[in-house]
Amino acid sequence: MARSFSPKIVTANALIEGDVIYLCADDTWTRDLQSADVITDETDADVRLISAASQTSVAVGVYLADIELHPDGLKTKHFREEFRKLGPSNYFHGKQAG
Amino acid sequence: MYKYNDFDAGFVAERNKQFRAQVQRRISGALSEDEFKPLRLMNGLYLQLHAYMLRVAVPYGTLNSGQMHQLANIAQRWDKGYGHFTTRQNIQFNWPKLPDVPDILDALAELEMHAIQTSGNTVRNVTADHLSGAAADELEDPRPYAELIRQWSTDHPEFQFLPRKFKIAVSGSAQDRAVTRAHDIGLRLVEKNGETGFEVIVGGGLGRTPMIGKILRAFLPKADLLPYIEATISVWNLLGRRDNKYKSRIKITVHEHGIDEISKLVEARFKELRPSFNGADQSLFDHIKPAFAAPAYKQHSTELFEQNYSNDPVFRAWVDTNVMAHQNVDYGIATISLKAHGQTPGDASAEQMHLIADLAERYGHDEIRISHEQNIVLPHVHKSDLPAVHASLKTAQLATANIGLISDIIACPGMDYCALATARSIPIAQQIATRFDELKLEHDIGELKLKISGCINACGHHHVGHIGILGLDRAGVENYQITLGGDATETAAIGQRTGPGFSADDLLPALERLITAYLDLRSEPKETFLQTYRRVGATPFKAALYPERAVRANAA
Repeated sequence: MARSFSPKIVTANALIEGDVIYLCADDTWTRDLQSADVITDETDADVRLISAASQTSVAVGVYLADIELHPDGLKTKHFREEFRKLGPSNYFHGKQAG
Repeated sequence: MYKYNDFDAGFVAERNKQFRAQVQRRISGALSEDEFKPLRLMNGLYLQLHAYMLRVAVPYGTLNSGQMHQLANIAQRWDKGYGHFTTRQNIQFNWPKLPDVPDILDALAELEMHAIQTSGNTVRNVTADHLSGAAADELEDPRPYAELIRQWSTDHPEFQFLPRKFKIAVSGSAQDRAVTRAHDIGLRLVEKNGETGFEVIVGGGLGRTPMIGKILRAFLPKADLLPYIEATISVWNLLGRRDNKYKSRIKITVHEHGIDEISKLVEARFKELRPSFNGADQSLFDHIKPAFAAPAYKQHSTELFEQNYSNDPVFRAWVDTNVMAHQNVDYGIATISLKAHGQTPGDASAEQMHLIADLAERYGHDEIRISHEQNIVLPHVHKSDLPAVHASLKTAQLATANIGLISDIIACPGMDYCALATARSIPIAQQIATRFDELKLEHDIGELKLKISGCINACGHHHVGHIGILGLDRAGVENYQITLGGDATETAAIGQRTGPGFSADDLLPALERLITAYLDLRSEPKETFLQTYRRVGATPFKAALYPERAVRANAA
């Protein structure tokens, strides 16, 4: 029986600014989680991860993160990813408004 | 303070030029991230959760006003208008962009600062007692020795690829304010038969396996300092575990081989090395030491201070809590709290940094210190100037009278910034400080060291907090373990875990129960939390933290 595979996104940090980025369906990067490509197949995830990691002039530290699909949009599963999405909790640096 | 000579300035300038070229090559694609990462780390540049982080060295925590102004300028121009002071007496900028970092390093070099060896498996920024050169109980200023170690260790060819990072702290007083017993090497200036030398402590450290250091040499003549440290690190460099990063620190080496064996090996290596130290180090020290001479203290009446102390209760509370005894009785050591209730521990805005620099220039003989407890110290303020200093600090929300109290929390950046963290530290610290300020209990509670880390690496020194809090990830939820009885001073101890951790919501009520228990248990108001804990033991505190367990135990 095939292993269950929870939906994932590819995420990384941008080379120049260092901020959080997500891989889109067309292999470009976005800072908006809602524009990220949701991967539902394990083999596809492996391929996309390798492809994303090869974009070394754009992205640093590429990895897969678990995601949940809600009626109102995508939500990361682990609180670490939620903090990455929102920015630090002690200052309002603009990112939190998103 | 120490001034760069031509060699120092040329060295830093050349290093910055190299790094500028490395950044350009990374951006152009000529260097991969794998190739670039060790190079950026050698220059203090990390990639954190939301951005890069540049860690700037503040050797033994000593700055002048020009340097503080420059840190503020960097925060304004290249960051988001603030900086974060750390337990290594460094400052971290949380938001630099990669192409800007070479310009930031050049701006630092203009005022004799750098970020070299603030990362990597090398000798890190040497720390010292933040009251050095000013404390009333000081045997000798430890900073000239720290500067000697800094110069010797910077780019030392043998020690650039150690098994892990290596941390040294130096103290010149009987009262240990430099946490020497929780360092890879702790150095304490001591006196024996009228001669001053060092007690050398080795193998202390926090993190995954916290340990209190052991005495390697009870008395080391000062002239033997560098060859003896070199021998110690050299022995560890050979023996240290490179197969497992969690077992690589010297504390594990000392634990696995035993202090007697390590001592034998160090003494043998010292014997080999000693002849090659033919006096150049002592000449260098003779050149360094005058730079740390006491300032020209002014002669002035302290009457204004006495009047304000008698008439202004807010000023009096600040003096009683934040001003320490100085070697010169007409002077005070003023600690500026970076722990205003509800603020981020250790953070200072650019405006605050500028103000502190101005105060140091005008009232503080141009000297500033960063404490490992994430506060800023004006080490030499004439008592007659303390009212003016206090009034200025009030305008910038820097006059919080809480040094050594429950809200004077050491907190690492935690998961709000750090890529290694497993839980947040900052909001927890903010909640605790705000709550105990609301309860108006802080001064009644008295001296209490509360320290928070957002992961097992223990950057927040939680193991040596009277109350330590460790944030962990428990099945995808932030969870906080409490330790009790830790101590960072000359009576150092590792805190003991009390039981299961608490959720973020349950933590604050649990701490309130703990503090209430202490207030009930103490024999008199002057008995500190730690003294009470040592007298009565952990049991009543555990009962306060876990009342449901106590009820079950009583029912059984």
